[in-house]
Amino acid sequence: MSATKGLPADAAIGGLAAPAATPAWQRVLLVLLGLGAAIAPLFVLESFQLFQLTMAVIMALAVLGLNIVTGYNGQISLGHGAFFAVGAYCTAILMSHWDWSFWATLPVSAVVCTALGWGVGFPALRLGGLYLALTTFSLAVAVPQILKHKAIEDWTGGVQGLFLVKPDAPAGIPLTADQWMYVVTVIVAGVCFFLVWNLIRSRIGRALMATRDHPTAAEAMGMDIADLKTKAFAVSALITGIAGSLSAVAIEFVAPDSFTFGVSITLFVGMVVGGVASILGSLFGGLFVLFVPNIAEAISKAAPGVIYGVILIAFLFLLPDGFAGLLRRIAARLRGRG
Amino acid sequence: MALLEVDDIVIRFGGVTAVAGVSFEVAEHQICGLIGPNGAGKTTTFNCISGIYRPNSGRVLFQGRDITGEPRHRMTGLGIGRTFQNLALFRSMTVRDNVLAGAHASGRSGFIASALNLPLVRREAQEAEARARELLALLNLERVAELPVAALPFGWQKRVEMARALISRPKLLLLDEPAGGLNHGEVDELAELLVDIRRNFDLSILLVEHHMSLVMRVSDKVAVLDFGKKIADGTPDEVRNDPEVIKAYLGAGDEHAQAA
Ligand SMILES: Nc1ncnc2c1ncn2[C@@H]1O[C@H](COP(=O)(O)OP(=O)(O)O)[C@@H](O)[C@H]1O
Ligand SMILES: [Mg+2]
Repeated sequence: MSATKGLPADAAIGGLAAPAATPAWQRVLLVLLGLGAAIAPLFVLESFQLFQLTMAVIMALAVLGLNIVTGYNGQISLGHGAFFAVGAYCTAILMSHWDWSFWATLPVSAVVCTALGWGVGFPALRLGGLYLALTTFSLAVAVPQILKHKAIEDWTGGVQGLFLVKPDAPAGIPLTADQWMYVVTVIVAGVCFFLVWNLIRSRIGRALMATRDHPTAAEAMGMDIADLKTKAFAVSALITGIAGSLSAVAIEFVAPDSFTFGVSITLFVGMVVGGVASILGSLFGGLFVLFVPNIAEAISKAAPGVIYGVILIAFLFLLPDGFAGLLRRIAARLRGRG
Repeated sequence: MALLEVDDIVIRFGGVTAVAGVSFEVAEHQICGLIGPNGAGKTTTFNCISGIYRPNSGRVLFQGRDITGEPRHRMTGLGIGRTFQNLALFRSMTVRDNVLAGAHASGRSGFIASALNLPLVRREAQEAEARARELLALLNLERVAELPVAALPFGWQKRVEMARALISRPKLLLLDEPAGGLNHGEVDELAELLVDIRRNFDLSILLVEHHMSLVMRVSDKVAVLDFGKKIADGTPDEVRNDPEVIKAYLGAGDEHAQAA
């Protein structure tokens, strides 16, 4: 059938070649490199540096959660710190009051955060753009105050917070508690990244993006927008909540003042710097929000905030579509040459 | 039994009666044109069939079943596909992903199955991808499949919309002014394409169009609206010579009257 051959526009577009698919050996190489990069720090880094890297991976996971709902589904959340806090407290309460093992707290944290995300996602359906941003923001402001509240002080430890202890490496594995915490974090985050990766390239991921790009057309394609949006919120809260659980054990302490609305803003910054709607970008976003403030502090003890701001602006200026955009451009150039 | 029966629908916006009791039918395998001067109520009728508006009274029957007020996202699943008057593509996505998005209704797998990439998910994905390849080939979009859809010229984007609507295997395809913004050559291509699609896909087409010559060329049957009422209904030849139709088009000072 040649109904559309020889359109005048044909010539104009001829120069735009479609990017070729990555060959299998390159993909295997990338996976091996990734594994190497994940394992190497165990042998190279000092205890404190390893702890920082653990925290960076945790932030990356939290940013990934935010990216699902804001990056891929276009619902702006400035309150994801709330889910992070709730995840952290679920784990902390179960471990410190009832001596649960860390692994056993994960499903509980997951269920609680999913339910909470669902609960927030439901009214969010009626709130567009900026209103949703403000509503989620107020959630982030409310959570630390709720955590301090007298009524639940027996559980949450009030202003003092709760202490807990990192799990030791299982017998027979010659790793320190810090090293084991890093391994646990990489495994949990790795599984989450893999699942989200599957989700995003599936029909559901496509529907999330379609809903973001053009809701009316998405509906006409048979997508149930209300259902997709609430579930996106739930999954997003689940992932960020798991990150919160990890942070509680990694730091061995939770307190309301660790979960101010600043956490939500940090996650948002991580998402933008890493790359909105990018899975790999979330990883870079996590590294950025953890290490750049330290770098800023090393440059100027007096005004680290100013330095951080300058670095942030420079990044957004140089990489307007985040690390993810930079990687895409490098990949395109390598392909062009090869 | 007709595939689509529009039964005496009335749609009001505040004081304005946009559609005042319109009835017509689209048979299986038929290309039915819906024409009329600007403001006649074509788009409103179209939106009522596709579930955007609920009629104040009257019914829409599809395959004998009352679908009035059915939620919009059920329409594709029922077998009603559509394109939009102004482009409504998913702009950040590639051409291929846009077409694949059209297959959403033929999939079952949800969040959990997708995250786990279960065999069902892979099977569905392969099926959808195979159909997307066929449609990209049919609409001559293979070469641009991996490009962001926003990078394509207007006429190409319209073909992407067509592919996206066809991938769900609709029994009825609703097209709102598909010729809008196309040049002469492209309108000819479109006419050929519509006839090809009907032959190859076993479907009916409801064609809402301002462009009279296109409608007259491809339609088996034409319904004419004016001021929210149907003023004529018949073969292109019957409609062309209907005095009411000529009056409506001349009265509206429409340049397409001659083109018909
Ligand atoms: N959403 C709306 N609100 C108020 N009036 C509308 C709306 N949509 C259409 N109308 C009115 O209904 C009439 C029919 O419009 P429409 O269906 O768009 O005509 P057509 O597509 O045939 O040009 C017009 O008078 C128009 O002004
Ligand atoms: Mg119209």
